[in-house]
Amino acid sequence: MSTVSPILENSRNVVAAATPVLIEFQGVYKIYDLGEVQVHALRGIDLSIAKGEFVAIMGASGSGKSTFMNLLGCLDRPTRGSCFLEGTDVSQLDKTELARIRNRKLGFVFQGFNLLSRTTALENVELPALYAHMKPEERMARAHEVLALVGLANREHHFPSQLSGGQQQRVAIARALMNHPAILLADEPTGNLDSRTSVEIMDIFQRLNAEQGITLVLVTHESDIARFARRIITFRDGRIRRDEQVTGRAIAAEVLPNLPTVDEDQD
Amino acid sequence: MDFASILRIAGRALKRNKMRSALTMLGIIIGVAAVIAMVAVGQGANEQVQEQLASLGTNMLFIIAGSHQAGAVNFGWWAVRTLTHQDEQAILHLVPTVKAAAVQVQSRKQVIYGNNNWATNIIGTEPAFFSIRNWDFSSGGPFTQQEVELSDNVCVLGNTVVENLFPYANPLGKTIQVGNLPFKIVGTLAPKGESANMGHDQDDLIVIPYTTMQKKITGQDWVQLIIAQAVSRQASTAAQQQITDLLHVRHRILPGQMNDFAVRNLADIENTAAATGHIMTLLLASIASVSLLVGGIGIMNIMLVSVTERTREIGIRMAVGATEKDVQTQFLMEAVVLSAIGGFTGIILGVGGSRLIATLAHWKVDVSTVSILVAVIFSIAIGVFFGYYPAQKAARLDPIEALRYE
Ligand SMILES: Nc1ncnc2c1ncn2[C@@H]1O[C@H](COP(=O)(O)OP(=O)(O)OP(=O)(O)O)[C@@H](O)[C@H]1O
Ligand SMILES: [Mg+2]
Repeated sequence: MSTVSPILENSRNVVAAATPVLIEFQGVYKIYDLGEVQVHALRGIDLSIAKGEFVAIMGASGSGKSTFMNLLGCLDRPTRGSCFLEGTDVSQLDKTELARIRNRKLGFVFQGFNLLSRTTALENVELPALYAHMKPEERMARAHEVLALVGLANREHHFPSQLSGGQQQRVAIARALMNHPAILLADEPTGNLDSRTSVEIMDIFQRLNAEQGITLVLVTHESDIARFARRIITFRDGRIRRDEQVTGRAIAAEVLPNLPTVDEDQD
Repeated sequence: MDFASILRIAGRALKRNKMRSALTMLGIIIGVAAVIAMVAVGQGANEQVQEQLASLGTNMLFIIAGSHQAGAVNFGWWAVRTLTHQDEQAILHLVPTVKAAAVQVQSRKQVIYGNNNWATNIIGTEPAFFSIRNWDFSSGGPFTQQEVELSDNVCVLGNTVVENLFPYANPLGKTIQVGNLPFKIVGTLAPKGESANMGHDQDDLIVIPYTTMQKKITGQDWVQLIIAQAVSRQASTAAQQQITDLLHVRHRILPGQMNDFAVRNLADIENTAAATGHIMTLLLASIASVSLLVGGIGIMNIMLVSVTERTREIGIRMAVGATEKDVQTQFLMEAVVLSAIGGFTGIILGVGGSRLIATLAHWKVDVSTVSILVAVIFSIAIGVFFGYYPAQKAARLDPIEALRYE
């Protein structure tokens, strides 16, 4: 990955010079105007996340986690404030430029998997490459590679309906990895999965984080899951309530052998 | 996204709902087939009319005995009995643009041979008549100028009369009764069939010398019609004017007075018929186009349903990096594929249908390449036009809401 240039241009980042800042939120507000009422989903978020971090976002329902992720994921624009991604203020970009950033820099993993039905695992994974105009041979090769990475090399031609929840989520992760993203965003990725499968997903995340240096931001309601991250940010009423490093971090690879095997998604 | 991928995705989306896609296409199929078949039938009818007009004779002019107005009462054609054989001779010899002419006197009589009898039209004329009108003989030939001068009882039979009076025998040389006079058959005419415009039987007639007709049957000394042949098509307008001027003088018609004759130019009639034919074709095509329009609305309807159904898919595509343009292109392509496949199927059906009409109804049909080309362009245009709004709707979706859509 490229080293981030705005270190010299942006004095605020000088502090973080040792680990380049990837994400920087400055006084971010998100207000949903529903006519009669205004919903203040985010009320002044200041935050920076360095390259290679693994952040878990926690907080009560309605505290603004998903809203935050949508801004981070360039799916939405803040009402006020700036969101820098690799030094670019994405709140100033137009829809086409945002789509391009989602395509090249970001990978999404959702609670509900969000795979295209009646489309094979392989074709689901290829999808981001289609919009990146990747050459067909290169696209195929990369799709095989990422599917192998999440342990689904033998499930390429299965349809989502023929896969378990855990397998579907792994297809979704493979899809998110397709275009070599800098950041992986996951909003409650284990919300629909049992605990063992959840840990397996966390294992994949930890490996991606450690081996490929991919920055991870993950929303979860479960503190057990949050403990696999390096840093936990807690939201409350649209504000950051706590921001702390994880002590005694859980390592999925170590936890897994001790968990009871559910013979669900291994063949 | 590359064109092949867009096409493949569109194809797959349409295959997913085979029945629905097929029914949607049906609208376009019927529309395109109808346009092609209707234009083919219209143009075929047009050609047939032109052919039959040509068969009336080449560069022909009709001089019709005029109507007579007494006060407010118009007595209609032939009410004035001033048109004569002398007029015809004058036209033939004094009008340089006319190369042949013949008078025509008409009546209706019962004709009898043996036990068979038949009521038919009698035309009294001169030998030049047959060549001016391009009438061919299936046996014998026209009567002679001498027979005309002698008012001989000779006749030429049309095919319908032959069929009714001589179901088995050869008519040539036989004698038939016309009214109560005997007539010797000198020739029979080749069949011409029904005329296209009026549907009347052009073979239901007998032709005799006009002198015989005037002296022995009608007792009139005037003629209803003079047919003249101009030296060329271009000359026929000049001929029309020259004939009018000549008859003005001969009939002593002063300026401002009404003509007691009318001169009709077949070229004008042909042009009028052609114009009528084009309007007819246009009318048929526009009626058929309405079904094409309905087909297009069907596409729009299905595409709107499809956009709603696939909101989540659109959300997913946008999340992984599809731009508004990507989404729009995808849905537009689906609509175009629908209408294009419908269009091509419609062409096959339209051409096949035209052939079927030709064989079943014995109509002349003319499938033009232009109408096929127009159909292709039109059906694709319909896909673009009616697919645009749904595609636009898809592209404008908010990715977050689309992803949340159940
Ligand atoms: N599109 C919207 N229109 C109006 N209000 C919205 C919209 N999206 C979110 N909100 C409001 O913004 C606030 C924050 O919502 P958000 O989805 O970010 O919460 P969350 O922390 O993700 O909750 P959960 O844990 O239940 O997913 C809530 O009060 C919610 O009702
Ligand atoms: Mg949420």
